Amino acid sequence: MNLTAVKAIYIFEMARFFRTLTQSFISPVISTALYFVVFGSAIGSRIQEVDGVSYGAFIVPGLIMLSIMTQGISNASFGIYFPKFIGTIYELLAAPINFLEIVVGYVGAAATKSLFIGLVILATAGLFVDLNIQHPIAMLAFMVLTCTSFALFGFIIGIWAKSFEQLQLIPLLVLTPLVFLGGSFYSISMLPPVWQTVTLFNPVVYLISGFRWAFFGLADVPVGLSLLAIAGFTGICLVAVWWIFKTGWRIRS
Amino acid sequence: MRSILDITDLKKVYEGGFEALKGVSLSIHEGEILALLGPNGAGKTTLISTVCGITTNTSGDIRVDGYCVKDDYRAARRLIGLVPQEVNLEPFETVWNTVRFSRGLHGKRRDDAYLEKILRKLSLWEKKSSRIMELSGGMKRRVLIAKALSHEPRILFLDEPTAGVDVSLRKDMWDTVNELKRDGVTIILTTHYIEEAEAIADRIGVINKGELLLIEEKASLMQRLGQKQLTVELQDAVTAVPDALSDHGLVLSEDGRTLTYSYDTQADRTGITQLLGDLSAAGLVLKDLQTAQNSLEDIFVTLVEEGQA
Ligand SMILES: Nc1ncnc2c1ncn2[C@@H]1O[C@H](COP(=O)(O)OP(=O)(O)OP(=O)(O)O)[C@@H](O)[C@H]1O
Ligand SMILES: [Mg+2]
Repeated sequence: MNLTAVKAIYIFEMARFFRTLTQSFISPVISTALYFVVFGSAIGSRIQEVDGVSYGAFIVPGLIMLSIMTQGISNASFGIYFPKFIGTIYELLAAPINFLEIVVGYVGAAATKSLFIGLVILATAGLFVDLNIQHPIAMLAFMVLTCTSFALFGFIIGIWAKSFEQLQLIPLLVLTPLVFLGGSFYSISMLPPVWQTVTLFNPVVYLISGFRWAFFGLADVPVGLSLLAIAGFTGICLVAVWWIFKTGWRIRS
Repeated sequence: MRSILDITDLKKVYEGGFEALKGVSLSIHEGEILALLGPNGAGKTTLISTVCGITTNTSGDIRVDGYCVKDDYRAARRLIGLVPQEVNLEPFETVWNTVRFSRGLHGKRRDDAYLEKILRKLSLWEKKSSRIMELSGGMKRRVLIAKALSHEPRILFLDEPTAGVDVSLRKDMWDTVNELKRDGVTIILTTHYIEEAEAIADRIGVINKGELLLIEEKASLMQRLGQKQLTVELQDAVTAVPDALSDHGLVLSEDGRTLTYSYDTQADRTGITQLLGDLSAAGLVLKDLQTAQNSLEDIFVTLVEEGQA
């Protein structure tokens, strides 16, 4: 493992983040505040409590998940797509490094960024509602795992994409609906039975449910299943990355 | 002489079936400057890309200081610095960070003093905190060179380093290249400028349509350049070279009006005086005289045309 190279990639990628730190910091704060105003106040005035948790607090895990998933994907996909787009990828290809080191550098940086944003949202949410996190370590673990696996997923999208449109396509077309329909802002038990069953095919449900369990000790699906789901998703991404590595798909002509 | 790069029967077929390299074999001596000449699309960049790991070769063997570029890619690539043809740089990053990144990527420990030396040599030190997008085109080219040198390579590839670079900067670059050579770095450069190859290369290779047409010491090429032609235009056409002139090896044109005499400018006697004497003795009336020198360009053009025929 060429650790110096991994570090170089990581630092270089983080520099992009720090260049726009204010922006990286302000936008999640504002959007979180907005969510609280819209969902917390408007809907919260009708739904006071879900399973004994105030609605404002109830949506916090979903809100964080929504952000770290989309941020993880967009950071990592942009991170690797940009060098492809402007041509600086030649340097990665000509360096004495293998694909694994490239992945660790880029995905590590992207995961760090989304983790940072997740924590910023958590802190912002703490200003609006009382948060009493029941399993803090599990919460952090879920967050790190989600950041990492979605950054991996984003990395694959970045390698696959041939245009900026394609880069936006998956997050917009696939992820956003899955997250909104994944119980971010409601409990699955609030849906009619048919939809409850349908929802169980949505992988995001498992992530949000597990994450929410770490906060409040309540879950739509068993925590074990949630862990399995995220492990499975990470596994699939790793296999895809390994295959890309083997074949040089869309990187080396 | 020890060779540092050995390419054997290298073939590259791009996706879609285009054969960009058709079995190129080439040995590069340690410490030399090799200039690769060739028209657009000849395969120069493809050749460099396969050595550096940017594209994979379809078949053939590439060894850098004995290391196979596929099996021992780490060892091989550590030795190589690459200045690509296109100016590809991260626009928002500073010169300093970009160069430092390149060094780290090659697994070299941080060495600010060394990077400062490079940036100073390339007159970029004042610009080290500027973002790339704030630099002029020539400066960006130099940043590419700084990046390529950041990890102290033993072999440096320069893919058309002087394209779009003004005369004084070009001279500076040649100086830098010569300095690197003095430090023992092997340099392979591609260029469209024949004067450039003449000015700095030890050996010159000509490549066209994926084939290496020639690779030769510049000195011996120059000897071929030493050949000059004297063209004699006659007042009246003749049907054959007169017997009295047969010793001079003259070539008669088809219309019978011009005679061409080849001679070596470096020889003690060119034989021109003798020839002119013999011409008038044979009763030929001269209308005009012309001399012409072979240039590397002629050789190049001839080779390329032969290759196309
Ligand atoms: N990625 C690619 N896919 C398909 N064909 C390619 C690719 N890259 C280059 N080629 C083709 O291979 C041939 C050689 O290209 P190459 O870039 O090596 O030429 P070159 O000698 O560097 O030319 P120039 O002097 O214009 O830089 C060209 O016909 C080009 O169209
Ligand atoms: Mg080229």
